[in-house]
Amino acid sequence: MTPSMAPESNAVEIRDLVKRFGSFVAVDHVNLEVQRGEIFGFLGPNGAGKSTTIRMLCGLLKPTSGSATVGGLDISSQSEAVKQNIGYMSQRFSLYDDLSVEENIDFFSGIYSVPRDRRAARKDYVLRMAGIEERRSSLTGLLSGGWKQRLALGCAILHEPPILFLDEPTSGVDPIARRTFWDLIYQLSAAGNTVFVSTHYMDEAEYCHRLALMYRGKVIALGTPAELKASLSHHNLFHLEVSDLLGGMNALEKVPGLSDIAVFGGGLHVTAADADRAVPEMRSALEQAGISAPMLEAIQPSMEDVFVAMIEEEERKVA
Amino acid sequence: MSLRRLKAVTRKELLHIVRDARSLALALALPLVMLLLFGYALTLDVDRIPTYVYDQDRTPESRALIDQFRGSRYFQIREAISSYQAADRGIDKSTVLLSLVVPRYYSRHLLAGDEADVQLLVDGSDSNTASIALGYADAVIESFSAQLRSDAQVQRGGQPLRVPVDPRIRVWYNSDLKSKNFIVPGLIAVTMMIIASMLSSLTIAREWENGTMEQLLSTPVRPGELVLGKLLAYFALGLADMAISIVVGVFVFQVPFRGNAWFLLFTSCLFLFGALSWGIFLSASARSQLMAFQMGMLSSFLPGYLLSGFIYSIYNMPKIIQLVSYLVPARYFVTILNGVFLKGVGFRILWLEVLMLAAYAGLVFWGASRKMRLKVA
Repeated sequence: MTPSMAPESNAVEIRDLVKRFGSFVAVDHVNLEVQRGEIFGFLGPNGAGKSTTIRMLCGLLKPTSGSATVGGLDISSQSEAVKQNIGYMSQRFSLYDDLSVEENIDFFSGIYSVPRDRRAARKDYVLRMAGIEERRSSLTGLLSGGWKQRLALGCAILHEPPILFLDEPTSGVDPIARRTFWDLIYQLSAAGNTVFVSTHYMDEAEYCHRLALMYRGKVIALGTPAELKASLSHHNLFHLEVSDLLGGMNALEKVPGLSDIAVFGGGLHVTAADADRAVPEMRSALEQAGISAPMLEAIQPSMEDVFVAMIEEEERKVA
Repeated sequence: MSLRRLKAVTRKELLHIVRDARSLALALALPLVMLLLFGYALTLDVDRIPTYVYDQDRTPESRALIDQFRGSRYFQIREAISSYQAADRGIDKSTVLLSLVVPRYYSRHLLAGDEADVQLLVDGSDSNTASIALGYADAVIESFSAQLRSDAQVQRGGQPLRVPVDPRIRVWYNSDLKSKNFIVPGLIAVTMMIIASMLSSLTIAREWENGTMEQLLSTPVRPGELVLGKLLAYFALGLADMAISIVVGVFVFQVPFRGNAWFLLFTSCLFLFGALSWGIFLSASARSQLMAFQMGMLSSFLPGYLLSGFIYSIYNMPKIIQLVSYLVPARYFVTILNGVFLKGVGFRILWLEVLMLAAYAGLVFWGASRKMRLKVA
């Protein structure tokens, strides 16, 4: 059975979505569109409203106002149909520890009503995908973190849903398991599935096709990783290696037009408003202080720089 | 309602039950322990009443009276005492319940054909037992004096005295008047009420605590399917408990079983369904296992014990409490069990109770499913 979706619609469309808990606004008029087949990343600090948004899209929470469609189906009026079309993985591991790997798969296969003739094939696929064919009859609670994660993903896609919601799926697993997990996400995306994933790992953000940066319930930036970095082009970032870190910081602080001077590894990171003027000014300031700078170069901002800069900008707006 | 999903939920729940060996053992041992404990400890029969005798008269006549007490199975003479202080102490320390004082000149009054008094000192702090004990003592003394009067008549060469009215008593249903015959069936109802709501009270709260509920809610499984699926799994366990209870009742306590076994099975199912639904309702309301468990214990044990009519007769309660007792499903099941075990009656007599159990089960199941649905928002 291929789940029915309205053709030609975006995988996810969010219109003015709001969720209030008492006086706290967890999600504040969010608007988003996610195209089919996309890996869409949801970035933001803890408590920014990422999980709340995802839970509304999965029908676990009712929106206070606004609307959204998932696979062309309205999340409020067609939530039962939405559930047939999605796979969801929550932050917490949510399989049954006291059931074996196979029993967990069988259970979810049952409640997703996977057709009888597809069941064996789907089970094999999940076991293979998670790499736990040999441990199929061991208790799930005894598996290591990475295996559990992949099994949870497998159970969420038993019914071959076209849209996947993954809420910080890789929190608490080691880097290798994370990499393996992302390989699976790429495979799913390549097969035409839409993957909506939230994370606060910056390296994972770079893996996404498009990103939304969420902060205090609002989407404050939206675009491809390259676009987001480009939007920071007025921030010229320099990396300096100096003979005296503290002295260097003090010297650079006196230079007008420099901001965000911070120790970064063994050197300094500095943001300048005007790159052409900043380089000679920095050199002369350091020279006057008697500090040598064997390295001074402009660098590409990382996703983390973008993230921090945008949140700081947002903070300045509020203040 | 999808059968596939229902089956998946029930299967999963049965696996949980089987995997948790300790809880399973507890669930199966509990009815046994409760029945044996309550069944033996909770006896309302008053016999072998510990008694002191204070014989001030010391004559063959006084000894004859005391022998009447000694011969009765209702009394057990602990000691012959020789002062009122000893009688006082015995009652204060609860070593005896009753002291029989035969005053001096008892035999002289008796032989003279005058009224001969004897004194009974009784510990009235447990008024129920005290009045039963006094009743027995009265009866012993009464029959003894009737005997004496009759003997005296014969000695004077007359006919044995005829008692004007002689009641011929026949007790129906529990002809031995053994309290266990009436306690044990009621106990089964109360035990099952407690076990059923305890078993199921954890099941949904556990899913909330472990975060698995979050996953379930994102799937197409419906609240009603979840509630019914879980219920069916515990139903199997509940029926096993029921069977254990009945076997213990009939074979260990020798309670007569006079009714129809199918009727008993049918009503047990109805009752279990309601009691399990109640546990699930609590579980869906509480979200924490501890809270659900405590609410389950409190709401099943107290009303089941006090308001079901299993020991305490509902007729004697104040009107308002009688009304409350109509809300306690155990009340109907106690009536049904007593009816089936002791009276051998069935649906024709007990239809109202059966109907009430069915209504309760339906209502609470609906409530539990609804509660699950509301929790989603």
